[in-house]
Amino acid sequence: MNIVVCIKQVPGTTKVKIDPQTNTLVREGIENIVNPFDTYALEEGVRIKERCGGEVTTISMGPPQAEEMLREAIAVGADQAILLSDTAFAGADTLATSYTLARAIEKLGQPDLIICGRQTLDGDTGQVGPEMAEMLGLPFVAYVSKIEDIDRGYMRLQRMIEEGHEVIEVPLPAVLTVVKEINTPRLPSLRGLARSKSAVIPIWTAQELGVDKNMVGLSGSATRVINIFFPQRVHRGEILQGELESRVESLIDKLREAKII
Amino acid sequence: MAIQIDLDKCTGCGNCVPACPFGLLEIVEEKVRLKEGCTLCGACQEACDYEAIIVEAVEPSSVSDSYQGVWVFAEQRDGRLKSVAYELLSKGRELADTLGTELCAVCFGHGISEVKQLIAYGADKVYLVDDPALAQSQEDLYTGQLVELIEKHKPEIVLAGATSLGRSFIPRVAAILRTGLTADCTGLEIDLAGRLLLQTRPTFGGNIMATIVCQTKRPQMSTVRPRVFKKNVPDKSRKGQIIKVDLDRERTTSRTKLLSFVEDITEMVKLEDADIIVSGGRGLGKAENFQLLQELATVMGAALGSSRPPVDEGWISYSHQIGQTGKTVCPRLYIACGISGAVQHLAGMQTSDIIVAINDDPNAPIFDVVTYGIVGDLFKVVPLLIEKLKGDLA
Repeated sequence: MNIVVCIKQVPGTTKVKIDPQTNTLVREGIENIVNPFDTYALEEGVRIKERCGGEVTTISMGPPQAEEMLREAIAVGADQAILLSDTAFAGADTLATSYTLARAIEKLGQPDLIICGRQTLDGDTGQVGPEMAEMLGLPFVAYVSKIEDIDRGYMRLQRMIEEGHEVIEVPLPAVLTVVKEINTPRLPSLRGLARSKSAVIPIWTAQELGVDKNMVGLSGSATRVINIFFPQRVHRGEILQGELESRVESLIDKLREAKII
Repeated sequence: MAIQIDLDKCTGCGNCVPACPFGLLEIVEEKVRLKEGCTLCGACQEACDYEAIIVEAVEPSSVSDSYQGVWVFAEQRDGRLKSVAYELLSKGRELADTLGTELCAVCFGHGISEVKQLIAYGADKVYLVDDPALAQSQEDLYTGQLVELIEKHKPEIVLAGATSLGRSFIPRVAAILRTGLTADCTGLEIDLAGRLLLQTRPTFGGNIMATIVCQTKRPQMSTVRPRVFKKNVPDKSRKGQIIKVDLDRERTTSRTKLLSFVEDITEMVKLEDADIIVSGGRGLGKAENFQLLQELATVMGAALGSSRPPVDEGWISYSHQIGQTGKTVCPRLYIACGISGAVQHLAGMQTSDIIVAINDDPNAPIFDVVTYGIVGDLFKVVPLLIEKLKGDLA
């Protein structure tokens, strides 16, 4: 099985605070991390390789510093990593991103399986996986929580939906997005760390991919961000005061007034 | 499209630095420098008094005006329409009226009851594809059929629910049509001059709101999470047309096969339909303590929800998770117990009518969105609440 895992470097936003003076994101101390959802995709790719043989290739589109993250991917079991980096790729929306990734996957040859995380932490759209599947003309299954079996060109898997889970059979090659329930990503091994230090990570530019510059980056994007602002949270609440018992009683009174209970 | 910085004009004054919402500008050796990640929003250009920063404007739209009408993908499951279909029709009606165009619902399935309800909620036309092959969500068939209908009728806007189905197949439709798609919109408005859909969505985990347009491609496509828009009161006297369309078997075949479906039955009351939700977070400490919340939920006739940490810890199943990577809910009453209120959780519940939080940390961000807050130990407050409610009901 030749497996491609798409990963992205994102700001570790959980600690992001807004500076009340300047109304901007406080970036100090915010390090870039691999998109947490992608770590499950990578782990699953490595597990499948360990079971069925083959190779795991990680690809990422991003600025040159994303190379560091691709090294981390090698440390946890990827065989090789490729960085798609070019100023022409900047400002890409999901359409241009999935086009660029799809062209890179075609350049790699015909993989048997492509795995992505369910969404990224920053853009948070979950659209790149399905859009890329369509550009590659491959079947697609989202929110995969378990791979039950791989046999003779087919994969049987479980995917999560609102109401429960479905068991689905999909022919390979296919594109999957996975959820965190699928596995627990491993820590890097000493051997992996050694490999990651010496690994050569090729950088593919627009020219190397042979892509039309009008299809990538901002020029290839169908959507544009025209405004950004910070959500206004109006403090409208009332913190109930007094003895615990009277606070609970007052809450019940208020809910009764609102005709909720 | 690009941002250009003229270093000859730049005086290094630094006015632009705080203007960048992403903090990407810095002054190095008395000149401005741009880090990676620019979205070309233009905020720095406005802040610069020396015309040193130029963000090239978007070329005027050259979109064919043959695209007309607002469409809503009306999702159903087991023949029953989902609430998000009605919510989107209510919003879609407003958009169509502003544009002076028609509102159409598109519905795929088999033996769907209440198709007329789509008209009562505002549709002028319903394109209905009823076929046994569509009894279960077949995403390949859905993708092919929706593309075909869009290519034939050319709507200018297509809205769909950001459900697991919508988030999975709508991007494929957009990719085939090579058009823009904006995920999880929380605001939709019309800019009449360019007949543009102004799509506002949270990004960076809800820390930033972005307004996005799709200027040069049609249709303009958006997904919207359930319970983001309110349903109108249905008008049963509204007239509309139901147009039956045959499933195109030539064009659409399904490559994936649904072998079985296992329903999650740990939910006593469905979260999405609940009037009251009692929800627990990390403050519960362990799985057994959900019993206490379940007791409160039972007394109130409420559904049981959770923030992400208890799900990660394995205290409760994923179907109870509310927030960015879980469900979006909008009950009449949301009671958050031991939930600190990370933005990712707030994103899933902050439009609830009344929000009550019980937490022993007075600085927990959840208190920023509450209607009523009780600062205190939930293991004292909740039993007291149960006792008093039971006393009231007895």
